[in-house]
Amino acid sequence: MIAWFVLVAIGLVAASGVPGLFFARSSSAGERIAVGMLSSAAALALFAIGHVVISGAAAELSLSWAVPGGALSIRIDALAAFFLVPIFAISALGAIYGLEYWAQAQQQQNGRRLRLVYGLIVAGLAITTVAANGMLFLAGWEVMTLAAFVAIGTEDHLPGTRAASYLYLVATRVGTLCLFAMFALIYGSTRSFALVHMDWLTPGPATAIFVLGLLGFGIKAGVMPLHIWLPSAHAAAPSHVSALMSGVLIKIGIYGLVRTLSLLPTPPVWWAVLLLSLGGVSGVLGVAFAIGQHDIKRLLAYHSIENIGIILLGIGVAVLGRALHRPELVVLGLAGGLLHVWNHGLFKGLLFLSAGAVIHACHTREIDQLGGLLPKMPRTSILFLIGAVAICGLPPLNGFVSELLVYLGLFDAARSSQAEVWLAPSLAAAALALIGGLALACFVKVFGAAFLGHRRSNHSAAAHDGGGLLLAPMGVLAACCMVIGLAPATIARFLNLAVAVFGPVPTSSSLQALAPFSYLSLASAILLACALGGGALLARRLQSGTSAGLTWDCGYVAPGKRMQYSSSSFAEMLVGLFQWALRPKVHRERVPGFFPRPTRFASQVDDAVLDQLLRPAIASVGGWLNRLRWLQPGSLNLYLLYVVFALVLGLVWARGVHPQ
Amino acid sequence: MKLLQIATQLAVALLLPPLLLGVIVKVKAFFAGRVGAPLLQLYRDVWKLWRKGSVFSTTTTWVFKAGPVVNLVAVLLMPLGTHRALLSFAGDAILFAYLLALGRFFTIVAALDTGSSFEGMGAAREATFSALAEPGLFLGLMALARKSGSVSLSQMLGPKLLDAWFDSGGALVLVIASFFVVLLAENSRIPFDDPNTHLELTMIHEVMVLDHSGPALGMILYGAALKLFLLGALIARLVTPISTGNPWLDWLVFVVAMVGLSGLVGIVESTMARLRLLHLPRLLVAASIISVFAIILAR
Repeated sequence: MIAWFVLVAIGLVAASGVPGLFFARSSSAGERIAVGMLSSAAALALFAIGHVVISGAAAELSLSWAVPGGALSIRIDALAAFFLVPIFAISALGAIYGLEYWAQAQQQQNGRRLRLVYGLIVAGLAITTVAANGMLFLAGWEVMTLAAFVAIGTEDHLPGTRAASYLYLVATRVGTLCLFAMFALIYGSTRSFALVHMDWLTPGPATAIFVLGLLGFGIKAGVMPLHIWLPSAHAAAPSHVSALMSGVLIKIGIYGLVRTLSLLPTPPVWWAVLLLSLGGVSGVLGVAFAIGQHDIKRLLAYHSIENIGIILLGIGVAVLGRALHRPELVVLGLAGGLLHVWNHGLFKGLLFLSAGAVIHACHTREIDQLGGLLPKMPRTSILFLIGAVAICGLPPLNGFVSELLVYLGLFDAARSSQAEVWLAPSLAAAALALIGGLALACFVKVFGAAFLGHRRSNHSAAAHDGGGLLLAPMGVLAACCMVIGLAPATIARFLNLAVAVFGPVPTSSSLQALAPFSYLSLASAILLACALGGGALLARRLQSGTSAGLTWDCGYVAPGKRMQYSSSSFAEMLVGLFQWALRPKVHRERVPGFFPRPTRFASQVDDAVLDQLLRPAIASVGGWLNRLRWLQPGSLNLYLLYVVFALVLGLVWARGVHPQ
Repeated sequence: MKLLQIATQLAVALLLPPLLLGVIVKVKAFFAGRVGAPLLQLYRDVWKLWRKGSVFSTTTTWVFKAGPVVNLVAVLLMPLGTHRALLSFAGDAILFAYLLALGRFFTIVAALDTGSSFEGMGAAREATFSALAEPGLFLGLMALARKSGSVSLSQMLGPKLLDAWFDSGGALVLVIASFFVVLLAENSRIPFDDPNTHLELTMIHEVMVLDHSGPALGMILYGAALKLFLLGALIARLVTPISTGNPWLDWLVFVVAMVGLSGLVGIVESTMARLRLLHLPRLLVAASIISVFAIILAR
């Protein structure tokens, strides 16, 4: 019964873009119907999820399906439910935001197409999450992946957007290929596509399944060396789609990884070490690349890679706990990782939406073209500030809670006396600390350069806050960040249930027993109250005796807006320290003589993994394969002949393998 | 009795910090052959600034005023690293580091609110060096956690600390060395920054607060003293691992150790020059590596 609710919700979101196709291009009826359908689907799904959490029992449903090996069997356990919440909630909020941000009246060329695929992405994500059958999982996966390709290419008249969407398509093909191989291996071991526990699996196939899953899901999640599609795709898509992609879509990779790990037998320690290393690399290099960016959406996209790294650190601790049979590590690590999935969805959604509001008002994504927005866009600014504090993992907001859980897990694991066990968590904790410090540097840079000081160009001259439809979804997200930060105990039950899917957990190591939630709430509440009280005290003191003046510039009487420290100057020292990875491109002209003429300076941090590693590698492989070009002369007759040959060979092989 | 204990801790934590800066100034004056400012000068300064008027740049917004407040509140709420903490829980060591970061976030943002390139430079340096100091601090905490089996400061620095010294004193020496570098970096002391030189481009913390005046500046000065005190408390407790059983004697030992530590900072400042800016990251990385060795030794 409960599963039907979710199924109906999935149907609603899948069809949400369809009614709009029957209205005129200039009509706004379609988008309103779509928002209505998405919101009611979210309400239905959240009701069903609430039921699953309160009852503690998984909802199941099984229908027959004509696809060979496939079955329409869905299973909503706590882990799936945990991932369904952001899928439905953030997609509905994004759609409401889209009413103003991507209004049909202004975007007649592509508005209806975007709405159609938006619903399909959400439906694909939800199907993938609830699937209890490998075929259904892959079907949902492909719907979501291909719909996202169209959504990224919404503005396909721009060459950059086309390039970004094709890069995404190529990367996802590789990922899906890995998943096909993984499910084929699972089928080979279990003789079924049903996703069931495989505790009897020998280490060989288990490792193969794990590695293929890590590759396939890692490409979707944007784990560091596999992230190549992510920055340009997030930058090219409309902001509410970026929020959906960064906040929800890439997390399906995490879901797939966690689900696969939960089905596999007890893992060896080196899986955990691998996950912790990948997490550390993604986190540190993700944020380092982010610091070098000038485009606010590319910057946020690199932060998604960083946060995926933090989530992987949590999962690594959980896998370590399973390998060592230490349930408290499983609870702390997985709860931290899962909570960070929610948290990242909330604050990254908030940041992408508020960055979208800035782009909507200023028509540029260049951070160094903005500046001085705070007085003009007071509400958007404070919402962005909340998101920035949250993503840096600072108390009293939600990012701190999940990072604290991961830290507790890492510290706990590092107390072990076996060398191969304690070294990785110790270094991972140091990496997490460095990630925190660098994220702080990056977000003070963005907030300072875009919202504070003088305006740096005329782009922000006429900027103003967006309407209620832009602000309300951001407000909801910001409120959620605060609620989780102030009262993390409210979701402890949900987290416990989700962790229990991963492995049995004795009640003595439930999350409430391991994590200091009540102290955290107390500390956060005191912090908030003292900050407000201190602010009021200072404000009262400043009621008299204050005067206005110019910013002190060492006696220079005409400080101008161009004398401000730009965001690239702010980042220069850190970019220099990470030069070995970032490979920044700097264009600098010589400054001759005592009275030099005007000169130029430009710096840029492109994706070094894509440009310096993958592209040359692919080019050399391609050059080598050119020698086989004579096989493809472009003649249709010859191609038909190949098909016939292949058919005959296949038949002969089939006869040989299975003689009657 | 319990109430008296709490009152003592609050009194020490709130009243002692400005004295430490006075001690540093006195030591530096001694080395330079001067008399130096009175020991209690900072108390007077803070009190005077609180009653003064202030000038605000027309560029600035509420963020500029929020900076000092949030920084001070964050530092005030940081757990005190002694074995007699008022409130302690698993993970308060991490809260310690993140409250420090919260204060830093708002100090930097307030500096950027002025639109001044000086303050931008100071802010960029503060962000860079503090980010590099984080691993050193966390690895040091990790070594203590490994030794004590807890992620709570009052356990890490608890009554068993003396046994830890006999057991693996080398690790604790390395942790102290690493924490001392972090202390100097986080508080912008020599060799990271010279707190005496106003208006020179080579500065970090002082240049960030260039535009603040009056009560807000007072809050910043007091917050900086608290930060030195709280980071110093970790080191002071590590150096004096004894628990006499008599709380008054314990507090006396603690205060003496803190004053001694300030004296050491003063001696470092008097006998060393500021390092070149480009060499600072190496020192911070060295602190992290020292901490890694401490973890290896902490058995």
